[in-house]
Amino acid sequence: MNVEFHAGFFVFALLALAAASVPLARTPRGPVIIYGAAAAIAAIAALSGAIAAARGIPLQVRLPLGLPGIGVRLQLDALSSIFALIVNLAAALASLYAVGYGRHEHEQGRVLPFYCLFLLGMNLVLVADDAFTFLIAWEFMSLSSWALVLVHHKSEVNRNAGFLYLTMAAIGTLALLFVFGMLAGGAGGYAFDAIRAQELNGFAAGVTLLLALVGTGSKAGLVPLHAWLPPAHSAAPSHVSALMSGVMTKVAVYGFIRIVFDLLGAPDWWWGTLVLVLGGITAVLGVLYALMQHDLKRLLAYHTVENIGIIFIGLGLALAFKYHGMTGAAALAATAAIFHVFNHCIFKSLLFFGAGAVQTATGTRDMDHLGGLIHRMPGTSFLFLVGCVAISALPPLNGFVSEWLTFQVILLSPELPDWGLKFSIPAVGALLALSAALAAACFVKAFGVTFLGRARTPEAAAAGEVDRYSLAAMGVLAALCLLAGIFPGVVIDILAPTVTSIVGGRMPVQTEIAWLTIVPIAESRSSYNGLILFLFIAFAAYVAVYVIHRLASDAVRRGPAWDCGFPDPRPQTQYSASSFAQPIRRVYGTLVFRAREIVDMPRPGDLRAARFSVRLRDLIWDWFYAPVVVGVTTAADLLNPLQFQTIRRYLALVFTALVTVLTVVALWQ
Amino acid sequence: MAVIYDLLVQGVQMFLVLALAPLLTGFVRVIKARLLRRRGPPLLQPYYDLARLLGKEVVLAENASWLFRVSPYMIFAATWVAAALVPTFATGLIFSWSADLIAIIALLASARFFLALVGLDIGTSFGGIGSSREVTFASLAEPAMIMIIFTLALIAGSTQLSTIAHIMSMPELGLRVSLGLALVALILVAIAENSRIPVDNPATHLELTMVHEAMVLEYSGRHLALIEFASMLKLLLYVSLIACIFAPWGMANPGAASLAFLGGLVLYPLKLAVGGALLGLFETSIAKMRVFRVPELLGAALMLGLLGTLFLFVSGSF
Repeated sequence: MNVEFHAGFFVFALLALAAASVPLARTPRGPVIIYGAAAAIAAIAALSGAIAAARGIPLQVRLPLGLPGIGVRLQLDALSSIFALIVNLAAALASLYAVGYGRHEHEQGRVLPFYCLFLLGMNLVLVADDAFTFLIAWEFMSLSSWALVLVHHKSEVNRNAGFLYLTMAAIGTLALLFVFGMLAGGAGGYAFDAIRAQELNGFAAGVTLLLALVGTGSKAGLVPLHAWLPPAHSAAPSHVSALMSGVMTKVAVYGFIRIVFDLLGAPDWWWGTLVLVLGGITAVLGVLYALMQHDLKRLLAYHTVENIGIIFIGLGLALAFKYHGMTGAAALAATAAIFHVFNHCIFKSLLFFGAGAVQTATGTRDMDHLGGLIHRMPGTSFLFLVGCVAISALPPLNGFVSEWLTFQVILLSPELPDWGLKFSIPAVGALLALSAALAAACFVKAFGVTFLGRARTPEAAAAGEVDRYSLAAMGVLAALCLLAGIFPGVVIDILAPTVTSIVGGRMPVQTEIAWLTIVPIAESRSSYNGLILFLFIAFAAYVAVYVIHRLASDAVRRGPAWDCGFPDPRPQTQYSASSFAQPIRRVYGTLVFRAREIVDMPRPGDLRAARFSVRLRDLIWDWFYAPVVVGVTTAADLLNPLQFQTIRRYLALVFTALVTVLTVVALWQ
Repeated sequence: MAVIYDLLVQGVQMFLVLALAPLLTGFVRVIKARLLRRRGPPLLQPYYDLARLLGKEVVLAENASWLFRVSPYMIFAATWVAAALVPTFATGLIFSWSADLIAIIALLASARFFLALVGLDIGTSFGGIGSSREVTFASLAEPAMIMIIFTLALIAGSTQLSTIAHIMSMPELGLRVSLGLALVALILVAIAENSRIPVDNPATHLELTMVHEAMVLEYSGRHLALIEFASMLKLLLYVSLIACIFAPWGMANPGAASLAFLGGLVLYPLKLAVGGALLGLFETSIAKMRVFRVPELLGAALMLGLLGTLFLFVSGSF
């Protein structure tokens, strides 16, 4: 099949779908048709990504649209195709989920067209082969997702989230505009081929890296550019949240890899250290923020920030090893990073679907109003639990494998000759380990408070299981978590061509090793076998069950909870989201959030109720955003009088400005 | 033939840890009792307790979910597998390559994940207090453990326990600063992970500072037996781990003569006894800590581990 047909098919199919969804949104069956069609198109796109990845020959097309002389160039090389596979796989499942979930939406007309455009935007970013197309697609993706954030625009919180998102997206795109300006150089070759041929000097390349970090990092949620992400991701409908958090952040990671590894040429010595340290800080801060939340979707969105940190740690290590010419280690680091991209895409989508199911069933996503859902929603709770175990990096599921690979890379790094790296890598290793342990705490909280215990409100007590489509989408994702965890060698081998294309080397072939063990470097050094471990645990559990039920008692009696003899029937006596996190807040929060606990205890005889409140401050907001906001507001106030002048004064102003500019130009030369 | 032999060794290891775990716990209790000049329970009391619990019916709280009933088996299985993968009397077990030290620690983290979840399942305040404290302590203990693993792995060039044990038994290794730091950190982590004094008191109930006991408060019968068994296995695992890394003598290498295996089998209980005696001595000579002092202790372990790793990044000869 020719390439133009492929590209044209997806673009026009999604555009047509978006157009069709405007009238169809008013009909009762409309959403089902649109989401079904979107699922089919995304599945075909995932398949064609997989075929392109397997074939290994880059495809290029040039469409006679866009800027004169450049046209629209599209390509599907090893890097794009693997991301296209991951993105469309998740998009197909999100659409399947939405077949069931989407019908609870009241504002179909505000969701459906933008949903199709959003899918199109993300796919176009992946296949863009010139700077112009890339930027257009990037903006397309940003604006369509912005529209989706504002679906429920009547809420003040969502409007603020949308405004913040739009501002940050604009800043990001501005940075990317400069990135491509720098990359294109004086000659102005905007096609990626021309950019690759161009050689930037050290300073210009460094500036470009910083701009690329701002541009793609602000979309991915790298600290300190993450502030928009949790409110925006949690404001959208859940299948869109899953796409934004699980998928769009991955498109941003793709943008970073494309620019820094592919277009920018050979890395400089400090790039790896910078990316690595940013990744480490992002990972720990992200998970600490997540632990402080009591809104389920916001918790998940903050947790995305942590995972982006882990991915950037892997990419930073890959850059460092690439600079020092250690291709094998760079390949291992890049594999770990892209494996984590895949993993996070899978389990974060699963968890957002679960959060959406909870919201559908109970009408709230505040964990302090939930509880006990495991009895009412057995399917959702089991699948959500699988996602929680996977994201907490616990064996034998997939999250552990990418984390384990990252640890293996860190253990290779004493061989690096750079002293900055010698000090920063152990520290980042400690941050990574800390974030993994905190992630487990975070998901014990998320699952425990939402699904376990007793229902805290009548709504939670009356919840019901969600529809089959939603469960099927979550089931597929949960199965993928398990499969990628017990057959990691297959995933590593699929990623090999991509890794080769970005760092110039690959990990040893894994699928030929006996028993499907993964051996990153040498067997005497380290190896891991998820399959054996899984079978081993299953065997041990089976032996325990068999022996106990055969030889010992299997009698069960139900009774009231014991609770040391004083059970209190009120559900308020349970641990809530904030009380669960209290010890962690005391250990870490006093430093990171300036957490203050205020206890207002009335004096004896005073009949007031005692009050306890917690004040958390976001230091990044205080130090990084607040000064900008103050600066912009002040400048706007100062310039405000210029809006209300007479025509003579305006003319004088224009004249003065012109003279000033001309003088400056004259003096410059 | 060799495969069957290897499987046999692995099987012996699996059932050896199962058989010895209650004995170790009983031994520590006897030592502590004697140090307090009490007679104390019989050495085999943990076996009697387990047998008694296994025979009793389970009393489930009314709102206990399926997770509450499944978790004891998961916790037990994960801990058992982890314990079976730490070399005890022989190195190079047939399945040792399926999980390195990082994976073993992660298996214990899986067990802890489910334990913390079931603490929340009934919806009592005691369960919640236990879970939330457990995950807080774990959030420091696990990174500390990873840093210790880094230190060991950088010296041995491997995260496989068998290789680490082999390298550590070589006389040319000598005394190293980083290993000393790692040993101290590992002991601190082991004490915290096993809920021993000064972090938690395994003998109390109904104490506001308890952690482990608070999580399992609602368990009874065979479920409680499995969870108690898992915590005994965990204690054995940590003592074996310290012995395997810092006292790797007398362990049979793969393909060694049968006599070497016998020697390992004799020496291993002796190592456990020494470890247990030291633990008992330590526990009787120290007071329980306030809950919010524990993170400082574990933070110290984390810093020691990090320091050890940093030394090795600077120079391989530390």
